[in-house]
Amino acid sequence: MSDTTFAPTYGPVAIPVRELLPWAIFAGLMLMLAIYFVGAEEGATSLIRGTAVHEFVHDGRHLLGFPCH
Amino acid sequence: MVGKLLLRGMLVGLVAGVLAFAFARVYGEPPVDKAIAFEEQQAQAAGEAPEPEMVSRATQAGIGLATGLLVYGAALGGLFSLVFAYAYGRVGSLGPRGTSALLALLGFLAVIVVPSLKYPANPPAVGNPETIAYRTELFFIMIVVSIAAMVAAVGLAQRLWTRLGAWNASIVAGLAFLVVFALVKAALPDINEVPENFSATVLWQFRVASLGIQLVLWAVVGLGFGGVAERVVAVRDRRGPTRRYA
Repeated sequence: MSDTTFAPTYGPVAIPVRELLPWAIFAGLMLMLAIYFVGAEEGATSLIRGTAVHEFVHDGRHLLGFPCH
Repeated sequence: MVGKLLLRGMLVGLVAGVLAFAFARVYGEPPVDKAIAFEEQQAQAAGEAPEPEMVSRATQAGIGLATGLLVYGAALGGLFSLVFAYAYGRVGSLGPRGTSALLALLGFLAVIVVPSLKYPANPPAVGNPETIAYRTELFFIMIVVSIAAMVAAVGLAQRLWTRLGAWNASIVAGLAFLVVFALVKAALPDINEVPENFSATVLWQFRVASLGIQLVLWAVVGLGFGGVAERVVAVRDRRGPTRRYA
């Protein structure tokens, strides 16, 4: 219950979860989707037909440590 | 507040991606080229027709590599900023720079180093295309388990903090993490699909370069984000916690 204290504080103040949650969910999903496209699309799973994405990010995928082919 | 942190995190991540690209050009591309040369040589020796090049090597090693690293860097910076937004003020009493650096260190260990000890990065020519689904699955399971173990270890350290003191609590939590890692490492199947006559030197160079790229990314994000986050969180820190009168 640190957020109901009335004493002045100068240390780090946590961001309330209800303020954080919408950002974490929406931005979190979008960002993980971006990583998916760099790391795994057209490898084990495929949302787009073909191998264009895979071939384009090929070197980055290998060097970032993802299983590539 | 969170939006400001997110935007700054992604910008720092982009900068990290640019630096990682420079690093990858110098240290990553030579072993990749050597591995591809090996792959072609093997195919030729087996009498297979050369694979048609859909995307030229110059594109893959240039704009393709840059795109991959910039997108990955921005996404890493963004996700990092969200974890920071939760951890700040909750994990110890560290300031923004300290929190950011500590998070990056623990994140680098949990997301990159520990999973790669079990399933290291592989250059082209290493890996059977038929097992890609299986390998991808194991790779992500390893990362998820490693992150979960790290979160649990941080929780354990916090719990023991007052009883054992900062040093001992951290050591105990670190040992607990290592025990979990050893058990998971033994439980998950090994994968070794390196061709018999593949150069050990090239494999080593590739894996060190791969780890180096991640180190550049995480170091720039961890050290850079703390500085930009400092100005964002300073306002709230000065004002103190939100007071609820209603």
